[in-house]
Amino acid sequence: MFDFFFQLHPVIQGLAKGLAVIMVIFPIAGACSMAERKVAAWIQDRPGPNRAIVPWVAWIPFVGKFLQRLGIFHVMADGGKMLFKEDSLPGHVNKFYFILAPIVAMVPALTTITAVPFGAYFDSAGKVITLGLAPLDIGMLAVFAVSSLGVYSAILAGWASNSKYPFLGSVRASAQLISYELSMALSVLPVFLWVNAPGLPGTMSFGRVVEFQSLPGFFGGMWFGFLMPLSAFIFLVALFAETNRQPFDTVESEADLVGSFHTEYGAFKWGLFFVAEYSHMIVGSGVFMLLFGGGWNPLPWVSLATAVDWLGTILPFAHAPLFVGVLSIAIFLGKTLAMIFLFMWVRWTLPRFRYDQVMKIGWQKMLPLSIANLLFYAIAIAIIQK
Amino acid sequence: MANFLFYAFALFTLATAAGVVASKNAVNAAMCLLLSLVGVAGLFVALNAYLLAFLLLLVYAGAIVALFLFIVMLLDMKETESRGFGKLSLAAIILAAGLLVTGLSTFATRGRLPVGDPALTPALGPDIKLYAYQLFTTYLLPVQVMGFLLLIAMLGVIVLSKRWEGSDDVK
Repeated sequence: MFDFFFQLHPVIQGLAKGLAVIMVIFPIAGACSMAERKVAAWIQDRPGPNRAIVPWVAWIPFVGKFLQRLGIFHVMADGGKMLFKEDSLPGHVNKFYFILAPIVAMVPALTTITAVPFGAYFDSAGKVITLGLAPLDIGMLAVFAVSSLGVYSAILAGWASNSKYPFLGSVRASAQLISYELSMALSVLPVFLWVNAPGLPGTMSFGRVVEFQSLPGFFGGMWFGFLMPLSAFIFLVALFAETNRQPFDTVESEADLVGSFHTEYGAFKWGLFFVAEYSHMIVGSGVFMLLFGGGWNPLPWVSLATAVDWLGTILPFAHAPLFVGVLSIAIFLGKTLAMIFLFMWVRWTLPRFRYDQVMKIGWQKMLPLSIANLLFYAIAIAIIQK
Repeated sequence: MANFLFYAFALFTLATAAGVVASKNAVNAAMCLLLSLVGVAGLFVALNAYLLAFLLLLVYAGAIVALFLFIVMLLDMKETESRGFGKLSLAAIILAAGLLVTGLSTFATRGRLPVGDPALTPALGPDIKLYAYQLFTTYLLPVQVMGFLLLIAMLGVIVLSKRWEGSDDVK
């Protein structure tokens, strides 16, 4: 069925795959901004955006009204507004870096997805084959390395804007990103210590991590979020700080900084910063789910293989690779979106930390905690796996 | 293809490295340094040294150049006038370049590196565990010495930057 695709040049195949993934992530990132407003409305007990509608959809009875209440057309309205708004370029900025900054924000945000697998299927021998753009052996490192380049967008935007508030915002952003990267990297090490058990080839791939969360038995089927709750918590807190989300929203604190490093931006350039932030959130949530949330396994202690076997008793085509692949991607995407809902839930629940508190938490609380966590698990894993 | 990639990355690295030295604006210089590091990482990828490439990106491109830019921004450096090179720095440049070329050419012509069986090396670069075993057995002493050096540097920075209250002798 797909033979014509595999006859194409490898470069064209790669481009097609990359474009396909971006075509999924980009609209999700856009839709997340809508979801954010809707979730905010629900939490604050108000209807939220519910007016925009395309005329010929309004003619459909019930469904049209329902879609309007749901507010999904506001995404298109927002996108259209951003595209057609005047793209102003202030006179006092460094033009080259001012234009470069939103691009630098987008590129690492979308590039990290190459290293993140998002599904799996079983070949005829029953072997698990992960679905992803690049099955890198050092997937975790690649994600860390590329996402750490995102800090340049904040630095360049703030510096090129040549204005006080963006500058303060960018200084805060870069200090915060560098501070929390350490505890984030230290918090995932216990996971990789555990999956690099003696006798196995060493790897930092996400595929192995998910494989270890889909083994039979009580400890085998346990997600790492339960096995290493402190690691998961530190990673989650660092993730909130890295993506500049509430309660670590000091970078964009409207009350004292107007906007942030993107105060001087408008129209589509601002939109790119926005989409980059949501792309970071999506990739971060995906990585969290891979490391601590069982990846594409539907439930704790229920692996994808078990679920497919159950489905096989009802559906005749349940074992087809295509079905398993789509099912695993759907499960993984669902979990990732649930994580994004958590991001929004926290944003509209917790107040913002002061900047000195952010730094104090980062260096004096999270970092010692993550080092102690690493030491504890290093000793425990050495004893268990001996 | 591999040759083309090598030349492309090598040219890119050299051009941006020249940009670091030549640019008068400190921010431009730091950005050129960043691009140069990305070029070197590309060369590592062409050599199948994925771990090195990503560590280079993570440590140098992701953190250290960011700190450079941070300092440049905080000090708000203006464009400096080019003063040309003094006699002493010219001599130092020639000496350093000569030493580097001699060292590299000696290493390339006479150096012997233990070459593993290429059939045993996996397609996606060597096993990450091998690096760890090497670092903790054969190269343990250099690793420890480097760690100690970094520790001393850190202590030095703390001593220099911390304000000691209530003691007049240390300032």
